[in-house]
Amino acid sequence: MSLIEITEVRKAFGDNEVLKGINLDVQPGEVIAIIGKSGSGKSTLLRCINGLETINAGSIAVAGAQLLPDELHLRALRLKVGMIFQQFNLFPHLTVGGNVMVSQTVVKKTGKAEAETMARKMLDRVGLGHKFDAYPDELSGGQQQRVAIARALAMEPIALLCDEITSALDPELVQEVLAVVRELAAEGMTLIMVTHEMKFARDVCSRVVFMHQGRVHEIGPPEEVFSNPQTAELKQFLGML
Amino acid sequence: MSDFSTWDILRNLLLAARWTVVLSLVSFIGGGLLGTLLLFMRIGKVSAARAFARYYVELFQGTPLLMQLFLAFFGLGLFGVDVPAWLAAGLALVCWSAAFLMEIWRGCVDAVAKGQWEASASLGMGYLQQMRHIILPQAIRIAVPPTVGFSVQVVKGTALTSIIGFVELSKAGTIVTNATFQPFTVYGFVALIYFALCWPLSKSAQVLERKLNVAHRNH
Ligand SMILES: Nc1ncnc2c1ncn2[C@@H]1O[C@H](COP(=O)(O)OP(=O)(O)OP(=O)(O)O)[C@@H](O)[C@H]1O
Ligand SMILES: [Mg+2]
Repeated sequence: MSLIEITEVRKAFGDNEVLKGINLDVQPGEVIAIIGKSGSGKSTLLRCINGLETINAGSIAVAGAQLLPDELHLRALRLKVGMIFQQFNLFPHLTVGGNVMVSQTVVKKTGKAEAETMARKMLDRVGLGHKFDAYPDELSGGQQQRVAIARALAMEPIALLCDEITSALDPELVQEVLAVVRELAAEGMTLIMVTHEMKFARDVCSRVVFMHQGRVHEIGPPEEVFSNPQTAELKQFLGML
Repeated sequence: MSDFSTWDILRNLLLAARWTVVLSLVSFIGGGLLGTLLLFMRIGKVSAARAFARYYVELFQGTPLLMQLFLAFFGLGLFGVDVPAWLAAGLALVCWSAAFLMEIWRGCVDAVAKGQWEASASLGMGYLQQMRHIILPQAIRIAVPPTVGFSVQVVKGTALTSIIGFVELSKAGTIVTNATFQPFTVYGFVALIYFALCWPLSKSAQVLERKLNVAHRNH
């Protein structure tokens, strides 16, 4: 059974239909890269999966549970699916440790000691255990993004959504973040990531989704999509790079 | 020709200044409490409450404080309620401060980046949890300097209550002038006392602003 089932999803902002019937099934452990031109709806699709945008038509199911737009269902869904943002969005008033603990104690009502143990474990996992007491603005962009990953992992999600998580980083910091993602993939985490890192997509992803004008224009294993594009649009997109 | 020494003048003014301070404190604290209530109505999810808070602010920001004082003083009198000047003054200033403080604070809540809402939502927090643990702690930090700054406006605002006969610093200045015929000395002192009240406030608003800005960049 698919872990995430996206069926005929449509989303419009006013008259502007951004998603025009998206179908995508993601198996447990798959790593999906979403590529496509700016404005093709990549971010919007991820935001719909996480319930940050409400869809106009179609359905999204995660681990068999339907995504419904009421608070209770949304929160249940978000416990299953974590999201990492381009701009990190760490909480600036909390320490690194506080960032990773707050959702555990507030949402899951985990005890403080237990939450701290989990936070340290997750920070170690992204190589930042020693930054537990630092504040986000004392960290480099790459470190902040790794904290954001630890923060999402601490909620023990079954899948992670990553929206251009290396695009706001200086080039020399990109690899440290990608290394963490690579490790997650190797451990079997289900990932859906919007990315411009074609080499990374080719190496790590099980399937690549090419989005064009609000539709899944082409989909397939990276070798096929990159080496043997079927449509003129994908050829042009790959040629543009 | 006058029986008033300079010390007499100053003593009378300082005694009246107590009421300026009391009225300022009442207005600021009362306005802060009412403003907090209005703030939660304004940023909450109940649309009737949101509309109420919005109209409230428009009403009090869109009319002069003087009119609000007159209405509190004479208006309630029309309904046969005999309102003493201190009550009308306090009531009008509390309502007026509440409107401005709420607007200031709403701006501070809005100033918290949208990404903070999204990140906390994506971690499964509900609206109240987001507010309490993520948004308000950041908004309060932003709010301190403009809030302290606004307290200066409250102190100055109390001067208007002299018009409905509340004897605070300004009114005392007029009374003492009428008795001594030394307007320059008297109003000179009045101005000095206002300055002594307001300057530390506006100065500390500046200092806080600088300090919190730095604190925000690196703790
Ligand atoms: N909140 C919004 N309100 C109105 N229009 C929006 C909103 N969010 C996105 N859009 C529009 O939806 C379209 C797709 O946006 P989206 O962010 O999904 O594109 P994208 O593929 O992620 O692009 P990029 O590569 O630039 O991030 C764009 O035309 C954008 O202007
Ligand atoms: Mg995008």
